[in-house]
Amino acid sequence: MSNVTLTVNGRAHTVDIEPSTPLLYILRNDLDLEGPRFGCGLGQCGACTVIINGAAVRSCITPCSSVKGEITTLEGLAKDGELDPVQRAWIEEQVPQCGFCQNGQIMTAKVLLSRNPRPTDTQIREGMAGTLCRCMTYYRIHAAIKRAATLIADAGAASDKGGAA
Amino acid sequence: MTPFRPFTGIPKQVEERLEELNATISRRNFLRDSGLLVVSFSAAGMVGANPFATQAAIAQAGGPYRDPDFRQLDSWVVIHADSTATFYVGKTDCGQGTGTAFRQMMCDELDIAYDKTSLIMGSTDVTVDQGGSGGSDAIQTDGWPMRRVAAEARRVLLELAAARFALPVDQLAVSEGVVTVKADPSRRVTYGELIGAKRFNVTLTGDNINATTGVAKLKAVQDLKIVGLPLQRYDIPPKVDGSLKWAVGVKLPGMVHARNVKPPVAGAKLVSIDESSVRGIPGFVKVVSKGNYVAVVCEREEQAIRAARDLKVTWQKPSVRPFPTSENLYTYMRSATPTSSPNPNVVGNPDAALASAAKVVEADYDVPFQGHTALGPAHATADPSNGQMTIYSNDMKSYGLRNGVAEFLQMPREQVRVVWMEGPQGYGRTAADDAGFEAAFLAKELGRPVRMQWTRAEETAWDTKGPAFTFSLRGGLDAQGNLVAFDYNARAADYHHLGYNEPDTVLIAQLAGMGTSKPASGGAATPSEMYAIPNRRMTTHVVSLPLVFETPLRTGNLRDPNGPQVTFASESFIDELAAAAKADPVEFRMKLLTASTTEDSGFKRARSIAVVKAAAETYGWDPRPSPKPLGTGDILTGRGIAYAYRSQTVVAQIAEVEVNRRTGHVWVKRLVCAHECGLVINPEGLRRTIEGGMLYALSRALHEEVKFDTEKVTSVDWVTHPTLTHADTPASIEVVLVNGDPKPDRPDLPHYGAGETACKPTIAAVANAIFDATGVRLRRVPFRDARVLAALKAAKV
Repeated sequence: MSNVTLTVNGRAHTVDIEPSTPLLYILRNDLDLEGPRFGCGLGQCGACTVIINGAAVRSCITPCSSVKGEITTLEGLAKDGELDPVQRAWIEEQVPQCGFCQNGQIMTAKVLLSRNPRPTDTQIREGMAGTLCRCMTYYRIHAAIKRAATLIADAGAASDKGGAA
Repeated sequence: MTPFRPFTGIPKQVEERLEELNATISRRNFLRDSGLLVVSFSAAGMVGANPFATQAAIAQAGGPYRDPDFRQLDSWVVIHADSTATFYVGKTDCGQGTGTAFRQMMCDELDIAYDKTSLIMGSTDVTVDQGGSGGSDAIQTDGWPMRRVAAEARRVLLELAAARFALPVDQLAVSEGVVTVKADPSRRVTYGELIGAKRFNVTLTGDNINATTGVAKLKAVQDLKIVGLPLQRYDIPPKVDGSLKWAVGVKLPGMVHARNVKPPVAGAKLVSIDESSVRGIPGFVKVVSKGNYVAVVCEREEQAIRAARDLKVTWQKPSVRPFPTSENLYTYMRSATPTSSPNPNVVGNPDAALASAAKVVEADYDVPFQGHTALGPAHATADPSNGQMTIYSNDMKSYGLRNGVAEFLQMPREQVRVVWMEGPQGYGRTAADDAGFEAAFLAKELGRPVRMQWTRAEETAWDTKGPAFTFSLRGGLDAQGNLVAFDYNARAADYHHLGYNEPDTVLIAQLAGMGTSKPASGGAATPSEMYAIPNRRMTTHVVSLPLVFETPLRTGNLRDPNGPQVTFASESFIDELAAAAKADPVEFRMKLLTASTTEDSGFKRARSIAVVKAAAETYGWDPRPSPKPLGTGDILTGRGIAYAYRSQTVVAQIAEVEVNRRTGHVWVKRLVCAHECGLVINPEGLRRTIEGGMLYALSRALHEEVKFDTEKVTSVDWVTHPTLTHADTPASIEVVLVNGDPKPDRPDLPHYGAGETACKPTIAAVANAIFDATGVRLRRVPFRDARVLAALKAAKV
């Protein structure tokens, strides 16, 4: 066991833990964050996805001691009480069914859009392909990603306009 | 709005009477078109306590846990002082939005605004036992008592208001929880003022919970205002912002983490456990074993994972091979002696008709075992505090879990309760809730709260499976291409099909030597269509694998348990017959549907005709026989239709595919579904449920197959058991809510079920589209690239 310090959603936490412990179990069991979920423990499904240094990272296969950088979980996407545009789009499109995988869908889409603000259908298919949903909400996820892209672009245009005025 | 006009093909006399009716029922028009309306609606607000938070809060009480009395109105409806209401229902929502739909129905009958209500579901000590969910019958069956109790609450409130105003009820009006005097609307009283925080103390009647009723009459469909609206689901915001508390995340003081250690091969017997192999692991608590059931328990989750991996267990392999390999499964099934063969269902003289037919078509079809493979493996947490047993679970049949665990642990029912919380997809898996039983068993052994979590490999290999099927079909056409004989023969590997949370069939009971020695008989099924065929024989058999108990190839109810398999065979075969008759596949089906005018009580024939027509019109189907002339490029395109019903819900689906002749890859580019389930409660929720059902069946069509050698399942993760991904998603999905119930003399449209019906025809529609594109008939599921490519090469496509 040793002390590992993790910065999650803007707050630093130190836990006394076996350093090889996957990040997922610390987020869920020690920090009470339920966004990232256990789906496979193999990095195959994406349910455990968090964002570290702008990348979608599978926390179920990431030893906590290897984490360098701030971790954002689903709970940390909202800013100043406002849901992230990706989350808003998810609600407007009524994407989830059981919702168990949606953490991975939302976090992966968030990173996809941050790297490619206007993804094509093919880019969405390829960029999201490793994030699985067994209720098969894929069709609505594609619509939500496009809607989020528009929301983000509109917000950007509005703030540009505000800046110029 | 255009008048309601079902797609033509409904018998003329029905259509005429329907038009008369439609002159007076504008509501029906609205419901049909409501998916096209943009309805302004504020985000689903929840009043007072979040139902999910409430569910955690109610878990504080110490027991005993008596059954809420379904014949008491207070068990169903509570009006608060602020005129908000809480509904309590004995159902669970597996993600199809039934909770929102229940609220819509109950709000309408109670006359209260939707956003002034909340709903509690599924926890056994605070909600009446409506069985949880299953069979896609939540709206069809359980919606009725919910409507009736809400209507009764409204009646009682109106009587209270009548007494207060000293006026007869017929001189009062009620809207959104406020009763006013018709003659003087300034005289008003709210529901909260009438009864807030007090009990109704009204006794209901009914021989069973489905028959629960007061004396109030239900509203006519035309008077429903909230039913039919595309309201947003209340459970979606907390699923999106991360605030939802899930069953998988329950934490209790003193809780420990458990993992199972499964036999390495099916049917293995436990010889010995070397506990010293894990005693040094930090946080190690205990190894628990009984019979062939083994679990390790540690203080922390990662410690339990390590202990389960490191525990040295000696097993003895069984003397007989538990099953054939998945490659040899169909040969085995076709030659096995059936465990049961019910009397065939025979109409006319199929043998004579086949003997005299101008053309006889024969085909065999195979469908593998397909697993639930829930995205989140099984889990539950059990708390033995105060001598009671509380299980926090996502079991879709939480009431059955409570009864089953009480019996399994030999505890009085009153000492056991299940707190239902959300979890990964139900679809039948959690109706045989292994983890709930295991957590409770271990909690009782240890005297501490225990959280059980299955691994991915464990879930994929050992979850319940949809039964494998083989089919042998024969059909006879006369000289004019009419189908005159149909001989159906199905075999299902379904012996010892698991029941719902039975204490002697769940896996821990089998492994621990506490299981039944009498296997359930299982069953095969016959096609669900309304085709008029003069000579038919429907034969079914159940076969058993060599190992019946303690096997990972155990069958249970998987989303429309036999429907996708049976419909794949029967609707593929109808297409083969259409091709043999050189007939258009839609016209061939329409001829079979219109060859009789015999109806059932729900006008299922007329509605079948309506959905097939609606699907074809929406798709833009141009009539021609399949296959189409072979294309010249790498990508071959085609379209296929299939149709089926489930209970009173009828669907027709059309798939458009692209088949890559160089790789064998199939992409279903477009899906159309015409869906008829009577009164639609929430059209947007319904559309998504249908989309999910279709894509789920598409996953079974293209990817899913449980593989095994002769001693173990070798499908253990998402690589060895692939599923549909974003890359497979169709570019277009169109859902038409036909709502074409044509019964002309009924004031109300009944609400039927949705969900599983949409799973039924998809595999066949895809197979038929592949045939249309390539001229190659795929008769074995799934249609993975290698299998398709081999079939194309064999046919020199």
